[in-house]
Amino acid sequence: MADNLYINEDLEALRTEFNRFVVNEIVPQGDNWEEQGHVPREVLQQMGTLGFLGLRHPEKFGGLGLGPLSSAVFAESLGASTYAGFEVTVLVHTDMASPHLIHSGNDDQLERFMGPIVSGDCITAIAVTEPAAGSDVAGIQSTAKKIDGGYVLNGSKTYITNGVHADLLIVAARTDGDNPRGLSMFLVKSDNPGLSVSRALSKHGWRSSDTAELLFSDCFVEDADLLGTPHKGFYEIMKNFQNERLVLSGMAVGASQKALDITYDWTQTRKAFGGVLFDKQVIRQRLAMLQARLDASRQFLYHCGWLMEQGVDATREVSGLKAVSCELVNEVMYDCLQFHGGLGYMQEATIERMARDARILPIGGGATEVMLEEISKRSYR
Amino acid sequence: MKILVCLKQVPHQDARLDIKSDGSWIQEESIKFEINSYDTYALEEALRIKDEKEAEVVVASIGPDRTTQALRTALGMGADRAVHVNDESVEGSDALAIAKILAAIGKEESPDLVFTGLMADDGNFASVGPMVAELLEMPHATAVMSASLEGEKLIAERELEGGALEVVELQLPCLLAVQTGINQVRYASLKGIMAAKKKPLDTRSAADLGVQELVGTGAAKIKVQEIYVPPKTQGAEILEGSTTDVAEGLVAKIKELGLL
Ligand SMILES: Cc1cc2nc3c(=O)[nH]c(=O)nc-3n(C[C@H](O)[C@H](O)[C@H](O)COP(=O)(O)OP(=O)(O)OC[C@H]3O[C@@H](n4cnc5c(N)ncnc54)[C@H](O)[C@@H]3O)c2cc1C
Repeated sequence: MADNLYINEDLEALRTEFNRFVVNEIVPQGDNWEEQGHVPREVLQQMGTLGFLGLRHPEKFGGLGLGPLSSAVFAESLGASTYAGFEVTVLVHTDMASPHLIHSGNDDQLERFMGPIVSGDCITAIAVTEPAAGSDVAGIQSTAKKIDGGYVLNGSKTYITNGVHADLLIVAARTDGDNPRGLSMFLVKSDNPGLSVSRALSKHGWRSSDTAELLFSDCFVEDADLLGTPHKGFYEIMKNFQNERLVLSGMAVGASQKALDITYDWTQTRKAFGGVLFDKQVIRQRLAMLQARLDASRQFLYHCGWLMEQGVDATREVSGLKAVSCELVNEVMYDCLQFHGGLGYMQEATIERMARDARILPIGGGATEVMLEEISKRSYR
Repeated sequence: MKILVCLKQVPHQDARLDIKSDGSWIQEESIKFEINSYDTYALEEALRIKDEKEAEVVVASIGPDRTTQALRTALGMGADRAVHVNDESVEGSDALAIAKILAAIGKEESPDLVFTGLMADDGNFASVGPMVAELLEMPHATAVMSASLEGEKLIAERELEGGALEVVELQLPCLLAVQTGINQVRYASLKGIMAAKKKPLDTRSAADLGVQELVGTGAAKIKVQEIYVPPKTQGAEILEGSTTDVAEGLVAKIKELGLL
């Protein structure tokens, strides 16, 4: 029996496979990847072979052609790996970058890239954020100048997940003079001589995810690699916002439950004051309240996935989900680390990494405050 | 060749197990289930034979509706067909009755090879495999660590005490009860899982198989009386002090209790 209304037998069967893969293939190797600062390509290819990278992509390109609920299941399962850097490496590729090709790509572009994207031979990144423009996408300063046969890109991008190791970057740049929303999107291959990684960034968490600062200097992109309608890039970027937020929330839900499970185990074995920590009512109750809020948040995750699957505009709900689940995961991590005592502060403790990893979730992909503005705009009459 | 793999769905290893208030079994309602770990290795071993040569792999399982999940996973991994015995009257069966049901399937299918797990993670009986072999009048090997076909013979390595292996030769058809960890169990590809829905899954009752009189609580020769978690014992006395003090204290205690 599925554990919520929105999950059918297919999705439950996929969940079983994801969970097994995480336990057997990710957890034993995660520490090495944290040290290396990236996830080895073979692992992504293995996931490609098993079909994990094509849940949402059309069957003719080797995908499964499933809907947003499959992304929610996938993100929640990965979220329990305790290596969020690994998780985001995968989810940026499957649910944040490559969907732009599906939304805006023409037949030729789909034909060229989708097969390798689904197999894991072509890993993707999405490059929107710049040193001077994050939450405010309309503030992008990079430019793409039209010339004969293509465009010339100039500018820089920062905090780009998969930026060091991706093969294909989806890049937003200004093409329409002063029009603040006059952006276009481009497909830039990583071997383009005009593109360089100016810095691989060192982060507070997500350490097994590679994050780059990128420099575009007279980077030539052929007309064939303009993605979508010129000057409409702002709206095209927005098309995937809800999906991006859904999977970040899935990560938050998966990680929250895992952290609570780890903490139930710990507090039930750690001896203190003639019993175990869990005997203390204050600890039990704090964990119980977090569990109750997480249960609510998890149902909201699947409800949002279902709304999206119906094709309705779920911006208010998904923004709320992102705000609630990504704030909650940090409360969970704070308390779970607290109940681990000094051990929780040691790098050998799983909860230490999980707490660091969680901190980005209320910032990236739409900060909580931005999410609340989205809800607010849609709440009153 | 035809290979029959018998598998059981058992509570997930991470599931929280609460005993039913009447002590008859655990509460199954809200927990997750998975394929018995021993059986996953048995299935993998069968699929490896299929990778090498022309073979049909049939998986069989006994259990309620939820058991279809396990069978679907097996089909997703590459099994060709599934037989699901879904029948309330089977509840309360002992190992022999389960073996009789599986043997009835075996008689219908006439496989060249039967794989089972060495035991089930939940019941720990370790007897169904050999019983099925006996009922089918097949030779069998337990604690199988490797299996290779050589014409009409099967060479199996069995695990013995202390890390030694015993090599045995069995005439086909035969049954192998497989130990865990003997191979690396494959993942079902997601496409495989989706396609598994289209593979044949035959649902049968005890009556269909002609074993209705032989199964269930009524026929069971072993009846479970109660399942309980033994209470933690109290009152251990820890003797403290120097070695001499402890030794003297211990002797005094033994005398006091009249044990000498
Ligand atoms: C590890 C990591 C990975 C990332 N990966 C990618 C990637 O792959 N691709 C990509 O394009 N970007 C990526 N980003 C960028 C990320 O999306 C931005 O950091 C995020 O959008 C916030 O932008 P900013 O950092 O410029 O903060 P700012 O926009 O400067 O905002 C700073 C803070 O101000 C507050 N704030 C902002 N706007 C409002 C508002 N309207 N009302 C009230 N308060 C507000 C929020 O608290 C916010 O956290 C990544 C970032 C990190 C840290």
